Amino acid sequence: MMNPRNKSFGEWLVTLPSFVWLFILFVIPTLIVFTIAFKPADPWGGIGEGWTLDTLISLGNPNYPAIIWRTIWLSLVTTVVCIALALPMGYYIARAPARWRRLLLLLTVIPFWTSFLIRIFAWKVLLHPDGYVKRALVFLRLSEEGTMLLYRSEAVLLVMVYTLLPFAILPIFAAAEKFDFRLVEAARDLGAGKLRAFRQVFIPGIQRGLLTAVLMVLIPALGMYIIPDLVGGPRSEMVGNKIAQRTFVDRNLPHASALSAGLTLAVMAPMLVVLMMQGRRREEHEVR
Amino acid sequence: MAEFLEFNDVSKRYGPIRAADHVSLSIRRGEFFSLLGPSGCGKTTLLRILAGFEYPDTGRVLLDGTDITDQPPNKRKVNTIFQNYALFPHLTVRDNIAFGLRIARRPAAEVREEVDRMLAMTQMEEHAHKKPHQISGGQKQRVAIARALINKPEVLLLDEPLAALDLKLRQRMLFELDRIHDQVGITFLYVTHDQGEAMSLSDRIAVMNNGRIEQLGTPAEIYEAPTSSFVAAFIGDTNFFDGTVSETPEPEYCRLRIDGFPDVLCFNDKNKQAGDLVHLSVRPEKFRLSVVKPNVDGRHNLVPGRVEEVIYLGSQTKFLVRVQDYRLSIAQPHSRFLLDEQPIRWEDNVWVWWHADDGYMLDRYSEKDEALKEMPAE
Repeated sequence: MMNPRNKSFGEWLVTLPSFVWLFILFVIPTLIVFTIAFKPADPWGGIGEGWTLDTLISLGNPNYPAIIWRTIWLSLVTTVVCIALALPMGYYIARAPARWRRLLLLLTVIPFWTSFLIRIFAWKVLLHPDGYVKRALVFLRLSEEGTMLLYRSEAVLLVMVYTLLPFAILPIFAAAEKFDFRLVEAARDLGAGKLRAFRQVFIPGIQRGLLTAVLMVLIPALGMYIIPDLVGGPRSEMVGNKIAQRTFVDRNLPHASALSAGLTLAVMAPMLVVLMMQGRRREEHEVR
Repeated sequence: MAEFLEFNDVSKRYGPIRAADHVSLSIRRGEFFSLLGPSGCGKTTLLRILAGFEYPDTGRVLLDGTDITDQPPNKRKVNTIFQNYALFPHLTVRDNIAFGLRIARRPAAEVREEVDRMLAMTQMEEHAHKKPHQISGGQKQRVAIARALINKPEVLLLDEPLAALDLKLRQRMLFELDRIHDQVGITFLYVTHDQGEAMSLSDRIAVMNNGRIEQLGTPAEIYEAPTSSFVAAFIGDTNFFDGTVSETPEPEYCRLRIDGFPDVLCFNDKNKQAGDLVHLSVRPEKFRLSVVKPNVDGRHNLVPGRVEEVIYLGSQTKFLVRVQDYRLSIAQPHSRFLLDEQPIRWEDNVWVWWHADDGYMLDRYSEKDEALKEMPAE
């Protein structure tokens, strides 16, 4: 055994490159974005001289609360739906015989082999008024000719769930695979029905994987830009779209920065909560 | 006593493996019953079928006259102590024990009272607030027992409950299990591959092999009167001889012709006749050993041999003695202070004798059995 000091020095040395990388390419740009939020815009789309709070104050614009609210609830609903689907899927993939497990995992990650953009365009084709989904719905009299599936919040939600579902399944599966399923048998043996055993023993057992899954879905969802842009309409705009609009259309970088900073802080909140919860659990485990 | 728990023609296959092969078995109320056998013999499968985790391919399981085969595990009045205890890691000892009662939605005051009672019975009061990873293996075992017994099951299933413990602790838990069985008086079904555990605890034992019950009986019956070579070899150590009956000089005895031996006198409770092939089993501790030729009566068999190995085991010494084509495994207790005794050494020429009643004829001889591979007889 190495003594703890040597070990921590060794660990330091090994993690140093990634720290440098993170510092240069993540921490510094984030700080720059935060700084620009306090700068005035110049008329040519650049950043002006001096310091101002005007940009932050202009975030009070009555347009924003609606967009922020929509961003939050679309992300939350996406997360809830993804977790609700991923829990049983992760459970059954972990319990499936090894041969099936590999196949199911493969099916879970196959979408990643195709470009994200192309998959969203594929959804546009499906949901298009002449697309298969719309036509099938009309044929089954579940939808009427002349209404739109595309360009509304429901379409954004659908495609977000589709896109982010694997990110929920994989951590839940990873936790479920390590879970000792004899605990479920023990709960059943002690009188618990299938659902109660699942809720009272399986869910607490995979808690860390579950929290990871929530983060993996919630954070990209909060910052989502391309999906509402392509399958959403004017009334399904999210904060990400606003940032893009401010950057590319309005050329108001301070404004975009202020929004980005707000989003970054909003994303950090759930992350901190989860990290704290996981930290507490880890401490508990280290008692042994 | 009424038959309380019944396996009726129960079979279960996993692919080509027959884990249970038309097993029928009756267990009495209040009995400490063991399923004993090597790993893969199907004993755990029977237990899992009884607990409700597996569904048998054929046959029914009856508990107190009720067919429970189709009941889910949570509806059965049986509780299990799992091999690794399967304590819930996120719950304290107290909450683990309370689990069953809380599931049954019993009033909080009653749950507290019952849990306190179980904590007292298992002497775990001071650990009630700890999580499973903070307590030792023996303590986990006690929590598992308390967690199962608090539900007042009609049958307690124990799946190799001592396998994870070290030797000293295992011996202590043996007494503890015995005490708890006496105290609660319910039926225990104990699954183990350890014959020592099964022998010391059980009222009756079913020895299993390849998904079938080889023999069912009390520990003494199984040890003293094994019906097959598998049982004889699996329970304790033994020496096998193949022979032919040469004559039956008196009703209860016969003489055997065994290669290289003078005629061997043997107790004949199987009513064998001259010319019959028999398999004889003699336990290592039934032999006597001496350097000087002893004076023995006609009821004894006496043969000369040569010591090939001497293995000192503390409480006894094990000798491997070559007698013609056979290599006999012989155990001798130390009756006196060993250093005063004239010891028998390696390569000594010795006399081996045993009483005719100490040889036991087997009904069945199974050549292919795993356990026989390790037999010293060649």
